[in-house]
Amino acid sequence: MNVLDVSGLAVRYGDLTAVDGVSLSVAEGETLAVLGANGAGKSTLLAALAGMHLPASGTVLLDGAPVTRVPAHQRVRRGIALVPEGRRIFGSLTVEENLLMGRYPKRPGPWDLRAVYDMFPLVAEMRDRRGGVLSGGQQQAVAIGRALLANPRVLLLDEVSLGLAPTVVAQLYDAVRQITASGTTALVVEQDLDQALRVADRVQCLLGGRTVLEAPAAGLDRDTVADAYFGVSHHPPSPR
Amino acid sequence: MDWLNAGVQGVLLGGQYALLACGLSLIFGVMRIVNLAHGVLAVLAAYLSLVLVQQGLPLWLAIVVVVPLFAALGYAVQRGLFNPALAQVGQDAAGGARGAGELAPLLVSFGVAVALTNLLQEVFSADTRKIPTGDLASAGLPLGDLSVGVLPLLTLGVAVAVIAAVQLFLARTSTGRAMRAVADDAGAAAMTGVDPKHMYAVATALAFATLGLAGVFVGMSTQFSPGYGDLVLLFAFEAVIIGGLGSLWGTLAGGMVLGLAQTIGAQIDPQSGVLAGHLVFLAVLVVRPGGLMPRSVQA
Repeated sequence: MNVLDVSGLAVRYGDLTAVDGVSLSVAEGETLAVLGANGAGKSTLLAALAGMHLPASGTVLLDGAPVTRVPAHQRVRRGIALVPEGRRIFGSLTVEENLLMGRYPKRPGPWDLRAVYDMFPLVAEMRDRRGGVLSGGQQQAVAIGRALLANPRVLLLDEVSLGLAPTVVAQLYDAVRQITASGTTALVVEQDLDQALRVADRVQCLLGGRTVLEAPAAGLDRDTVADAYFGVSHHPPSPR
Repeated sequence: MDWLNAGVQGVLLGGQYALLACGLSLIFGVMRIVNLAHGVLAVLAAYLSLVLVQQGLPLWLAIVVVVPLFAALGYAVQRGLFNPALAQVGQDAAGGARGAGELAPLLVSFGVAVALTNLLQEVFSADTRKIPTGDLASAGLPLGDLSVGVLPLLTLGVAVAVIAAVQLFLARTSTGRAMRAVADDAGAAAMTGVDPKHMYAVATALAFATLGLAGVFVGMSTQFSPGYGDLVLLFAFEAVIIGGLGSLWGTLAGGMVLGLAQTIGAQIDPQSGVLAGHLVFLAVLVVRPGGLMPRSVQA
């Protein structure tokens, strides 16, 4: 059974329809990358999946059970953990306290403080620092660790690369790759195509809130994705 | 000699102000809400314990009843009045850091303050009252050439203990940690499984519990009437601002500074004690608008 099943999801901000009838599914242990240009509706999609913004229509199933209108704080208790855009680290809490917030739902599973510190040794060194003084890359690592400590059924990652130097992004995606390779089910939203393709099993491309391309990540032609990004090709993808 | 006495009395008075201000400081620190009903609620606690004592309950038992009652009242007020007011404005889609929604709860609390003051007047009339404490209110300890009142000393001890306990709760417990997380970013806290509405209500319950306790101590040491809440709010607010908004140890320090300013001012000119307190408050606002120890609620 799929961990996450989304069908016909529409999300509106006032008159603006940011997500317009998107369907997707993520199987157990699979990593799906949702790609698209700015304003394609990717982050709005994740916000709706995490319960931060309720959809106008459509359904979200977690392990077959509907969670479409379940509020965010209950959704993470059921197993949907979001690494939000902009990290959203608690600035006045220490790094360790930030991570311990991930334990708030008390979900059992393989991830504990030790496992996260093993994954991010630099974070372990900074455990007593306040979240607000960390660099963007360090904050991103803490945000990922915080979500992992909820031991989620599905991990949602929003724009891990945003505003970070390429070397830092590469290091973070090394970690994401380890996390997904160890069997964690994940949905990754990303603008950085190369990094997304490193971790994804499948990709789904959004344009104007609609799905314009679905394909396995292996052997995916970059030009095909680029066309879908900008809406050059409206035909179903075909090998060139 | 007189100056030393003024100093000691100022610190003791500061203890009462700090105890009164603790709840105001906590609510502001977690939610950025200024609760204008703070003063009249303290007076309500004083009347409640007065009624209980008049029914024959020992004072300590009246406190044991009033404090949990006020905690429950705090939870209900937050969920029933402040949370809906907060939700009306500012809540952006992502649950935003904090929106522009602080004015609405301020206005609601103003409404509560006005209505409750009038209600107390209807029920208890405008006569001044005092909670009978037997010998406690007049008892004094000799300290060198000075005499230190037992009740003010007890109040100061309770103030320090309450502030230390709340700080310990915020620093060491997982609920306290979640409360600080909600204060930082309510939306992000929700993403980790914390229900911000519930956590706000828990914070207000805690604040009201300390407020209930403070109200009983005010009622034991001072002649109070329904309108006395205005003065309580004023002094508590000044203590919070002087100490730095949202910092509990700062609030203790702020209470001390205010108490000292009032007693030393009164030593200079017996008519000008309260005025001296207001002038120090004004001076702090001008020189250090963030207060002496500006910080949001934290460990």
